Amino acid sequence: MSTQAKMQTRAASADGFQDDGADTVWIEQDPFIDRIPRWVAMLGLFVAIVGLWQVVTALDIVSPIVLPSPAETWADILFVGNNLLTGGHMLDALITTSLTVLYGFAIAVALGFSLGVLVGETKFGERAVMPYLVAIDTMPKVAFAPLFIAWLGFGISSKVALAAFIATFPVVVSTAAGLYAVSENERFLFKSMGASRLQTLVRLKLPIGLPYFFTGLKIASVGVMAGAITGEFLGGGEGFGALIRISASQLNTPRVFSLIIYLSFLGLALYLTVVWLQARLIFWNKTDKIGGIA
Amino acid sequence: MTDQSLHDTATAKPAVERPVFQISRLSKIYQRNRFTALSDVNLTLRKGEFASVIGSSGCGKSTLLKIMAGLMPPSSGRVVLDGRPVMGPREDIGMMFQQATLLPWKTALENIVLPIEIREGKAAARRYRDRAQDLLDLVGLARAADVYPSELSGGMAQRVSICRMLISDPSVLLLDEPFSALDELTRDFMNMELQRICMERRATAFLVTHSIPEAVILSDKIYVMQSNPGHVAEVIDIDLPRPRTLEMINTAKFGAIVGHIRGKLEKEAKA
Ligand SMILES: Nc1ncnc2c1ncn2[C@@H]1O[C@H](COP(=O)(O)OP(=O)(O)O)[C@@H](O)[C@H]1O
Ligand SMILES: [Mg+2]
Repeated sequence: MSTQAKMQTRAASADGFQDDGADTVWIEQDPFIDRIPRWVAMLGLFVAIVGLWQVVTALDIVSPIVLPSPAETWADILFVGNNLLTGGHMLDALITTSLTVLYGFAIAVALGFSLGVLVGETKFGERAVMPYLVAIDTMPKVAFAPLFIAWLGFGISSKVALAAFIATFPVVVSTAAGLYAVSENERFLFKSMGASRLQTLVRLKLPIGLPYFFTGLKIASVGVMAGAITGEFLGGGEGFGALIRISASQLNTPRVFSLIIYLSFLGLALYLTVVWLQARLIFWNKTDKIGGIA
Repeated sequence: MTDQSLHDTATAKPAVERPVFQISRLSKIYQRNRFTALSDVNLTLRKGEFASVIGSSGCGKSTLLKIMAGLMPPSSGRVVLDGRPVMGPREDIGMMFQQATLLPWKTALENIVLPIEIREGKAAARRYRDRAQDLLDLVGLARAADVYPSELSGGMAQRVSICRMLISDPSVLLLDEPFSALDELTRDFMNMELQRICMERRATAFLVTHSIPEAVILSDKIYVMQSNPGHVAEVIDIDLPRPRTLEMINTAKFGAIVGHIRGKLEKEAKA
């Protein structure tokens, strides 16, 4: 420290201040649980769950028919995986269920979007159509399954119908909510430019409403899976749902578990496709997503 | 332009220009709640004039502006622009709101040509890109053409919205508290920019504000509005020389005008 600096320090302390020259930088420490990297956290949780599972089954706390051991389940996962990869009968079932899910989703999106625009864009839709939609939405929709089977038979159509029926409503509501999300200033801006109703809808309201729409798609992608599998439980057929029901009736619990796991991959694939599309399409809206996926 | 004509515009400005906007006996009752927002408003905007309307919030300033812009109909009265009654949105009116209201999925340049795109289609909008770039140069954002609104500061976004207002070359500018969301330093700067743009284009401008100094520094004429129901209480001519500078705020004359208007508005607040 130079003489001059020392003098300054002394002068300052005469005023009651002290400057020993050290920066007062301090570190903000996150709690330990927030500092675990994602892959460590995910792997750790996985190991913990499988470990607990292993303990519970090894100690015979529950019967193997209720809960098979991790090893047994893993062996069956490999068996089913092999069957799928070699084009066995389970692959046909998976394809059937995938098609059901995709058709159901496509119908739900198209129908939900159209009804959503009707509700969100016209007073008629809001006043007359919406009350009926809400009334239907509050019904337990699974109860319609026997009707769809009676109308459409035991083939894939009745399952597609149930899946679409369950998944349509969230798309309607989110589409309409998106159209309402436009601000007064934005509407006045388009009005002042002499925009037609269609122009205002396509160039302003739909883009503004896209994030809402995608929230509806995510809910629908989950609902469509539930609808398809429920339909296959109740209406038979060749899908994964039927395989699960048969395995369960034969008390083949490991098979049920592994089928569910492959089924969850199908659901996850659909969900992540929606998330990916949303990120691609809505590049301007960088709101924080939970874990980057929700 | 010859030396003579330059000289003309600088000094020999005609005392009375032709009226551009004429509003008479205007009143507005919102049917929803039977609220009388405006009652018997009369005003005349002349070519090249900068007029402001000042008043406390809720006194009907935005309502007046929206009716002038043809965004909503009056309940009674007459609004005429350039000899034609205003019966809906008009291309010769440019509007600016308190929020920049840029579309987040369009770049600055695409936002600026949006009015053209809406009115004349995409091909026409492409032809206006050079003009849009010139306007960006004019407001000092030459390099922001391909930037998305999320990357613009509040002041920059408002400058882009100025360009969007100017792209269709409107004869009248209607400005609804355009800079009131900005910090004071940016706001002063933007006001001087606005004056420069209006003088260059000899634009007729009508500014809504609730800042007295802002109204005084920019205007040739100030309409002081009072509420319940909204009406024009006083019209004040400001004969400070042009171009106005921020230094004028410190002059005695400026202070006297501000004091007078404040008195007028405070009397209402107390009443
Ligand atoms: N759409 C509307 N329906 C009913 N009342 C309104 C509407 N818009 C504005 N008002 C009322 O009219 C008055 C004037 O509003 P506004 O013109 O926005 O005032 P300012 O712009 O001066 O703040 C306010 O009291 C407001 O509540
Ligand atoms: Mg207002």
